[in-house]
Formats: sequence, structure tokens, C-alpha cells
Amino acid sequence: MNGTKQQNDIVLSIKDLTVHYEVDGEVVEAVNNLSLDLREGKVLGLVGETGAGKTTTALSILNLIPFPPGKIKSGEILLNGKNILAMNIAELERVRGKDVAMIFQDPMTSLNPVLTVVDQVMESILIHETSSKVEARERAIQMLETVGIAAERADEYPHQFSGGMKQRVVIAIALACNSRLLLADEPTTALDVTIQAQVLDLMLKLKEQFNTSMIFITHDLGVVAQVCDEVAVMYAGRIVERGTLEDVFNHTKHPYTEGLFNSLPSIEDRTARLRPIPGLMPDPTQLPLGCTFAPRCSYATEACINTRQTEIGFSESHFALCSRYAEKNFVIDRKEID
Amino acid sequence: MEQPILDVRNLRKYFKTPRGLLHAVDDISFTIDHGKTLGIVGESGCGKSTTGRCILRLIEPTTGEIWFDGENVAQMKTRQLRAKRLDMQIIFQDPFSSLNPRNTVMQTIAEGVRVQKIHSTETEIQKRVLELMDIVGLAERLYNSYPHELDGGRRQRIGIARALAVNPKLIVCDEPVSALDVSIQAQILNLLKDLQEEMGLTYVFITHNLGVVNHISDEVLVMYLGQNVEQAHTEEIFRNPKHPYTQSLFSAIPVAKVGANKERIIIKGEVSSPINPPAGCRFAPRCQHRMPICTQQDPVLTEVTSGHFVACHLYS
Repeated sequence: MNGTKQQNDIVLSIKDLTVHYEVDGEVVEAVNNLSLDLREGKVLGLVGETGAGKTTTALSILNLIPFPPGKIKSGEILLNGKNILAMNIAELERVRGKDVAMIFQDPMTSLNPVLTVVDQVMESILIHETSSKVEARERAIQMLETVGIAAERADEYPHQFSGGMKQRVVIAIALACNSRLLLADEPTTALDVTIQAQVLDLMLKLKEQFNTSMIFITHDLGVVAQVCDEVAVMYAGRIVERGTLEDVFNHTKHPYTEGLFNSLPSIEDRTARLRPIPGLMPDPTQLPLGCTFAPRCSYATEACINTRQTEIGFSESHFALCSRYAEKNFVIDRKEID
Repeated sequence: MEQPILDVRNLRKYFKTPRGLLHAVDDISFTIDHGKTLGIVGESGCGKSTTGRCILRLIEPTTGEIWFDGENVAQMKTRQLRAKRLDMQIIFQDPFSSLNPRNTVMQTIAEGVRVQKIHSTETEIQKRVLELMDIVGLAERLYNSYPHELDGGRRQRIGIARALAVNPKLIVCDEPVSALDVSIQAQILNLLKDLQEEMGLTYVFITHNLGVVNHISDEVLVMYLGQNVEQAHTEEIFRNPKHPYTQSLFSAIPVAKVGANKERIIIKGEVSSPINPPAGCRFAPRCQHRMPICTQQDPVLTEVTSGHFVACHLYS
């Protein structure tokens, strides 16, 4: 991911990001020392279960963490080389919707019910690109057609659309200003599988067309395999494994990633018993001292429980947060796939 | 041959709406053998949950017969029905809204035992609740906890214990793992499988998750807009889907493997309205194999190979 020769095409670089929520004297450690880079035209899948810190990470990129209770404790988020966390409100407003756009999970609640869909697509065009309403409307209708919504329906209200159509409207809004970076937070989770297939197909086509970079947040490893170039697996606020899609899926290193794969029912071998990860995610107000996954990990040793993990590199692109790999012959059970 | 434990015949459920009659379930028939699992799959609004609820008469069917253990549940009077519900239970999708927030774990699990007067003394009831908590993997210390203190997986275990409390023969599982994270989902699926093996339970397993249905079912029924479009043994239907809807549905499953997503059939358009549906195949407006007959005549569910039923004009 690093290396000087690729430095120029890095669109987004997060360095050592830590975000906490402080509620009633308790500190929820939502995101801890997170670093990642995203290159132009690539899709990075941010994978993990509820409470892993995926959405918090995405909201930080737009500096949208609600304060209070949320607080970005440390870190830098460089978008095209500029630190978002150091921007004032006016600068932020120029970035939001223009350089970075976001697609939220639930299309039912992320649209304004009292505005027509074309008005909602026009909004960001009017803010960022032109003051002519006629021109903005024209471009908004074009955008709606790109995502497969007929011009005749542009003046309808969100409640007149189905879930899949609403999500297309949300995508049209996000793409209206040709953002270089798109944050998609579980964009297809609320949709049925045949509609999900339509929307994913559309997003990939548009990505090709506009060369957009994307952070794709999901808990569905199947969707990741379909759309992502790179993968970062999050657990309890940390990235525990990151690499290319092939690295993480075919040469899995982290025991948690292995656990996620073992939990999935296999289509080929339907009788195989599932091997769930025992236990639950730790309470984010009382994270374990050492590796946060150690209490549920079958490979954990005394050292894992008591000392913080360090990231170990396996190749230029593949990293895992697991100290066991400091031992020479350590391997997990999951077989490598060539 | 052994008689099936559940035999549903021509089940229909129509809802009156201001815009016309909504055909939620439109002539569904199936049987399940004792100790087996029938998976009902389909997308939002296809009528799978309504079917599940009609079986227990939590929703009154419009017409149809529901033969359970040799008796027609659809014709039962309230008192008979209450007695019959000892044998048939349901687990709901959302463990957050299906539990009474004011009841403790103990009260929730004990309710069925009390209502059905299975045990009379308080000590016996307590003993039974603890036994059930042990069976579903809930720690004894949670006995007096309230639902809001527990995570989704544990709440779903309460839902399962509550269903098991009256020793049912049949459990309708309505999307029991859809609200759970994968690692927890796998725990609950294993639990349901173990319980089935130990207690000889029969499941009607309703889900939109095809990976899950493939894992847990013996037989799969695919619904589209209130109708049964295809039904076969699990292995057969996944290996050899025949109905164009089933084919596109299965091809749309994202597989967690690099390069696994072979040719996908992406169907155009969306599900049409279930209100006053026109004659002909309900899938016809989206079907890539549509023929003139498809919009004129209803396809009939026919057995194309042994045990494999399809409702599609391509096969008749």
C-alpha cells in the first residue's frame, strides 16, 4: 500500500486515527490508532461486525462525528494531501458533497420526504457547481437517468419510489458533483438480493465511468468479493487485517478473519457444521489490555492477553495485527487458496 | 408411508386495502415430514411471513386447509386452537421487538408454561426455566435480566427457549438470524440444528438468506408474489434451479470467494404490485424468457422430475 512510487495517486490517507465517545463518564473506544491509504480508482472494503467502528471511521472522513459525545482524539485524515481534521467549517463545506460524497445504509431515512427527488439531486450541484437552476435541473435529471430513473419520475417524492429506486436516488445525489471519493456505508444491506445485484452492478459501472475511489463498508464478505480491490477487516475499533482482496480472502492471516469465514454457511458443502467464533465482542468501554480479540481466539497465548499487538507485514500489501506471527512456524487452520 | 406432520392445502390470505384486494398468499400448498426442515425463501413482500403466521393462525387465513398432526387447524375453535399451540410455536425475526421489555428472562420463558398449565408449582416452573436456559446456552446468572441488558444473540436465545418451553413439535422460524452478525448467526444456526436432532423438531424456516436456507433446509420452497414458483430438495434446487426467477435469485447471491461471481443474471425491474394482480405468471413482467402465453394463463405447479415442482410455462 505504501512505497514512494505510488505516493502520488493516493486519494485518501488516514494516519493514526483515534475516535472516542464519552458518555456518563465512560469512554467508548470506537476507533483506535487506525491507519489506511486509498489509491485512485480503487475500492477498499471495510469489513466487520456491528460495533467494529466502520461507520465511525467513515463519518470521521467527513468530520461528521457528533460532538458531544464523539471526539476525534488524534490522527490525520489527508484528502488529496489536505488534512480534513484541521479545516474550518467553510472549508469543510466545500469538501463535503464535492470531494467526498457519502451513501448511507438506509435509503428510507436518508432522503428528505418533503422534497422531490430532482430537488434533492440539484441541491449539491447548486451548492458546489452552478448557480443556474435550469442548468442544475438538467444535470440532475441526467444523473437520475444515469442511475436508471426515468426523467418523467424526477418530480416525484421519495415515498413514491421502492427501496431499490430510493437507493439509486441516493447514489445519484452522491455522484452529482463527480466526487473523487465515495463513502458507501452498507449501501445494499437494506435491499433484496436481486435488487442488491442491480445496485452493485450500477455502482461498479459508475466507478469505472468516473474513476471514483470508494470506501465500501459492509459486513457481507460475499459483497466484498464482488466489488472490492482491497480489504480492511475491523474488530473492536482496530484494523486487524488488511491487504488486497486476494491477500485477505485467499491467504487469510488473522484468526478473526478466519472466524468470519468459518461462520458463513458454505454453498458447496451444505452439511458442514458451522464454526462460529465463541463469545461476544468486548465491551468498548473496557477493551482488554492486550489483543482485543484474544478472549475469543483459539490461538491466544498468555502474551496475547497481556500485551498490545503490533502489526506484522507478510508482503508489501498484506498486514495483520497478530503477535503470534512473530513465532516462526505459526499458521492458522484456514487453508491458503492459490 | 408416514403421514406428513404438516399438510397445507390451497392456503390463501387476501388483505382488503383501499386500492383493492392484496393477494399476500395466493394458493400455497406444501407438506413437511416429521423432523424435517422446509425452507421458504423469497424477497420482501412475497408472502413468506404471512404464510408462516397463517400456519399458526396468528393471522386468519382467507381460505385453505392446514392439516397438522391429522387435524385441520384452519377449522379449529379458540379453545382447541389454544391446546394445539402447545405443539406449534414461532420464533420471530427481531429479538429487539419480540420480547416484552418489562419481563425478565425468567418471566418470558415461563409464560407459556404457566398459560398452558404444564407445571403447577413455582419450584417446578423455576426448574424448567433453568433447564431451558441451559439448553439454549443462556447463563444462569441472566435469570433475572431484562431484554435491554442483553445483546441480539442472547435475546434470540430467549426467543428460542420461550418457543421450546411447551415442548412443541413444529416451530415456525421467521427470519431468526437475519438481525444478527455472522459470528452470532452461526451460533444460533448450530443451536437450532442441535435442538432439531435432539428433540425431533420440525421447522418451517423462513428467510431471504439463501446461504442460510441451503445450510439448514431439507426442502426449499421459493415464493414470488404470494405464489409457490418452485419447490424441490435443497441439493436439487441449488444444483438445478428451473424457474427463471429462482435462477436469477440464486445467481445474485454474492459468494465470499475471489472470482466466484460467475455470470450473474440480473433481472430488470422490480416486483409488481400484489394488489389485484393480473392473470398470467406474476414474474412475467421481469422474465427474460417471457412468451405470449405467460401473460394470458396462470402457470400450474407441475412435477418436472421426481420431487421437483415448477410453476412455469417453459416446462409445460
